[in-house]
Amino acid sequence: MWVYEKKLQYPVRVNQCDPRMAKFLMEQYGGADGELAAALRYLNQRYTLPDRVIGIVNDIGTEELAHLEMIATMVYKLTKDATAEQMMEAGLGDHYADHDKALFFHNAAGHPFTAEYFQAKGDPIADLYEDVAAEEKARATYQWLINMTDDPDLQDGLQFLREREVVHSQRFREAVEILKEERDRKKFF
Amino acid sequence: MAGRTPITDEQKEMYFRMMEEIQAVDFVLVELNLYLDTHPDDQQAVQQYNEYVQRSAALKNRFQSMFGPLYGFGNSYSASPFSWKEAPWPWQV
Repeated sequence: MWVYEKKLQYPVRVNQCDPRMAKFLMEQYGGADGELAAALRYLNQRYTLPDRVIGIVNDIGTEELAHLEMIATMVYKLTKDATAEQMMEAGLGDHYADHDKALFFHNAAGHPFTAEYFQAKGDPIADLYEDVAAEEKARATYQWLINMTDDPDLQDGLQFLREREVVHSQRFREAVEILKEERDRKKFF
Repeated sequence: MAGRTPITDEQKEMYFRMMEEIQAVDFVLVELNLYLDTHPDDQQAVQQYNEYVQRSAALKNRFQSMFGPLYGFGNSYSASPFSWKEAPWPWQV
């Protein structure tokens, strides 16, 4: 069970209608290293992880849902006042033809979301290393997105999300060390 | 619990100010929660966590009395008629 909070984790402000930037941001909505893939990856892996690391994976998975909502809010705000013509000019004509201004889980290039973006290996070390890599890839994507906009308000929200990837990566690395330590300790029984 | 959609500029300013206070305090709680997941024996962090639980609850009580429930499913009280719709959805503000 999850409890919905009627608030964003961090304020999302945008300065102008910018469907072109919205198109790029969709990479973090329905892309391989995006927030949906992150949330689903962790919340799916947690069932078969050792007790000692379930908490951190569960909680980071939950925070990813909050990030998904922030990205969705950015995309929504950047497109809500756009005309059909502006959507077409921004490269979102294909999206508009199928969805109008509704959000859809696809990446910046329009590829629909797929569960093949992430794995659950049943091996805690393999899963956690994938999680570290996922955070680092998402961090890089946020940097590329920050580089593509000059809207300081949008940059602020994206910088917050980039920093969260850094923290998550570090927490997952600690989880790996906790498991290695437990494994090595057991050898001496 | 009354609660109403922020309409005037003054109400909107109050909404954003109080919301940001909640976001700041709750961010501390997210950070401490994740940290404590991997460092459960840090007593000082646990104490700080519990202090911020209290601060968050106080801020949310005040916010909800002005703008309506932040939570559904029984985690906030409701005015009559059901006031869950009163506070705006986060992507609308």
